[in-house]
Amino acid sequence: MANAVPPEKTMTIGEGGTAFALTLLALLSIVVAAKAYTPEYAFHAYLFVAACVASVFAIFNRYFERSAEPTPLEVNGKPNYNYGPIKFASVAAVFWGLAGFTVGVIIALQLAFPDLNLGIPYTTFGRLRPLHTSAVIFAFGGNVLVATSFYVVQRTCRARLAGDIAPWFVVLGYNFFIVIAGTGYLLGITQSKEYAEPEWYSDLFLTVVWIVYFLVFIGTIFRRKEPHIYVANWFYLAFILTIAVLHLGNNAAVPVSLYSPKSYIVWSGVQDAMVQWWYGHNAVGFFLTAGFLAIMYYFIPKRAERPIYSYRLSIIHFWALIFLYIWAGPHHLHYTALPDWAQTLGMTFSIMLWMPSWGGMINGIMTLSGAWDKLRTDPVLRMMVVSVAFYGMSTFEGPMMSVKVVNSLSHYTDWTIGHVHSGALGWVGYVSFGALYCLIPWLWNRPLYSLKLVNWHFWISTIGIVLYISSMWVSGILQGLMWRAYTNLGFLEYSFVETVEAMHPFYVIRALGGLLFLAGAVVMAWNLWKTVTAAEEVKPADVALAPAE
Amino acid sequence: MSLWQKHQIFEKNSIILVIGILIVIAIGGLVEIVPLFYLKNTIEKAEGVRPYTPLELAGRNIYVREGCYLCHSQMIRPLRDEVERYGHYSLAAESMYDKPFQWGSKRTGPDLARVGGKYSDDWHRDHLKNPRSVVPGSVMPEYGWLAQTELDFSHIDTDLKTLALEGVPYSKEMIENAKQDIITQSTTDSADAGDLAKRYPKAQARDYDGNPARITEADALIAYLQMLGTQVDFKLYDDKANIR
Repeated sequence: MANAVPPEKTMTIGEGGTAFALTLLALLSIVVAAKAYTPEYAFHAYLFVAACVASVFAIFNRYFERSAEPTPLEVNGKPNYNYGPIKFASVAAVFWGLAGFTVGVIIALQLAFPDLNLGIPYTTFGRLRPLHTSAVIFAFGGNVLVATSFYVVQRTCRARLAGDIAPWFVVLGYNFFIVIAGTGYLLGITQSKEYAEPEWYSDLFLTVVWIVYFLVFIGTIFRRKEPHIYVANWFYLAFILTIAVLHLGNNAAVPVSLYSPKSYIVWSGVQDAMVQWWYGHNAVGFFLTAGFLAIMYYFIPKRAERPIYSYRLSIIHFWALIFLYIWAGPHHLHYTALPDWAQTLGMTFSIMLWMPSWGGMINGIMTLSGAWDKLRTDPVLRMMVVSVAFYGMSTFEGPMMSVKVVNSLSHYTDWTIGHVHSGALGWVGYVSFGALYCLIPWLWNRPLYSLKLVNWHFWISTIGIVLYISSMWVSGILQGLMWRAYTNLGFLEYSFVETVEAMHPFYVIRALGGLLFLAGAVVMAWNLWKTVTAAEEVKPADVALAPAE
Repeated sequence: MSLWQKHQIFEKNSIILVIGILIVIAIGGLVEIVPLFYLKNTIEKAEGVRPYTPLELAGRNIYVREGCYLCHSQMIRPLRDEVERYGHYSLAAESMYDKPFQWGSKRTGPDLARVGGKYSDDWHRDHLKNPRSVVPGSVMPEYGWLAQTELDFSHIDTDLKTLALEGVPYSKEMIENAKQDIITQSTTDSADAGDLAKRYPKAQARDYDGNPARITEADALIAYLQMLGTQVDFKLYDDKANIR
């Protein structure tokens, strides 16, 4: 072997480029930290420095550890799937889920017992509420979407994830964004635009992460061995692209200074309202719907071992859904100073949106044709099917609430909160739990620890959801009716604070519902932990798949 | 070739799929958003709407920082009970300089669009410190620390400059005097109050937080709250002229 030349080990452009860019960002962050207008902003700058330095160190460490050849795309003729970043994102999803649900229970209790605000800045409802919404939507939901999309795109394309450093950058960068955003809320750094609270520098960082996410995803599709792009990937693509457009449009802002966390949105007043709800409603439409429909389109057929009910229905409802959703934003602004023509458009399209939404529901539920018996034996599948049922329920309730007369009662009340949570806990939560119960055993190559615990999770959290939604229906409709109640002499019957006091019992019931939902999630976390830490490995028989034509 | 087979062009070409998605999602947003910038009747003609004074702006930034909009709307709908409870329905003109808008989406507490002048400064101070001392059934958090925290307005001129860049009509004079205007507006019987009112009509200058010795975040926030909804004089405003 004397004349065998060992392959020369060089740094890839990805490794070198990322390390270089992060070094520059670290240097910039040091300057910002030194000159920051507020200590809160300096703290964030130091977090950026620490994260960049740690990442550069990790990149070099990885370079010295790895072999000279690049990771093979295939091993023994089979795709060499990249599961590392997916494992990280799925663990992060469970962690952020628990954190987000806990903060939800805390703020629910604060509304019932205001002393729990503690009289200090960092724990007031106004700062914790964005922490709750961002933690459950973007941290929990976002990590589930990143994890499942990276898994699904590899498996359905039969190709290794594109990029070497890039998938790790997406996963770690996204979670770092969440840390910056979340600590920012507690420290009072917020734009106070609902569901788009992070300030300009977090937004810029997320933009970079998101572009890399898109490139990794589309790059993997380029590598596909299948001629067709699977339907789940259409939904993931629509989700990634539209969220990018919405994020850029809604967060267009001019910072006061490089050294200030504060920025001012370029839109103002009525235009800002329209842009915000164009963003806000489509965060629901594309983050919480299209993305999770993609999960439905992969995990339900896979778990039920049945094909999708109707391929043509999936084509129709895909295009109809993404076309109609974008128009629905103004239903958040009924009877406001937004011009009537825009309100009417928003209402009309929201009602039409009912149809493609139910198209998706039908396609998901009817996939069980011929496998209905599995609902009795497989609680994981049951959870996912119930999630689609909740999806159907809340996508009926939504169009109904977008009708102006209904909205005149429901708007500004807890009915909206109840509606959101039937979608969030029932649909997004359950389909995510179902996906995690499938994904984590697949990734770690171990059987799920206990189906019985899944059953417990299902029933505890279902009771929680029912308590949550029904208490919010009652409190919302009650408060709406109290606001507009007149005495027979023609005076308003209730002062505002009387309507607040009437909410108390429902706020207690709601907190109890949330607590049960959290308890269910703790059971899940335990179950998944026992799964991952189990010693036994199973070797699943690999079935050779024929390409779809 | 059936329509279903034609769809294969999207299923087999990722770039065409991406372009298709972008076109389909662009339409609704463009139709609903773009006209709001050029249709003249989007924002009513209403006398009296002016940019915020530096102190009101600082107060508004505290309102934004604390996420007050999560429980308080600033948008009165043209419904009988709302107009009787809160006052004239809100106009688009009244929030034309609001960056970001704070119309809100939930009323855990009452609407604040016209709270200005409804309660005394003392009431606001007590209410912020302990809401239940003046409204026993309230579920609002206590904001006692606002009256203990000095207002940081060392960069307020940069804030005005940024807003001017985005089209809010702050003049050079307003930007130059921004810091002085904060001191003036938070002082009772200030000699400069006349200059302030020239720059910002109807600006009220007084010590808001009951502590003349210092300018606190409570000064700024109460100044903002006391201004809310008071700019347009609805005795003179012609509803009919602005029907859209």
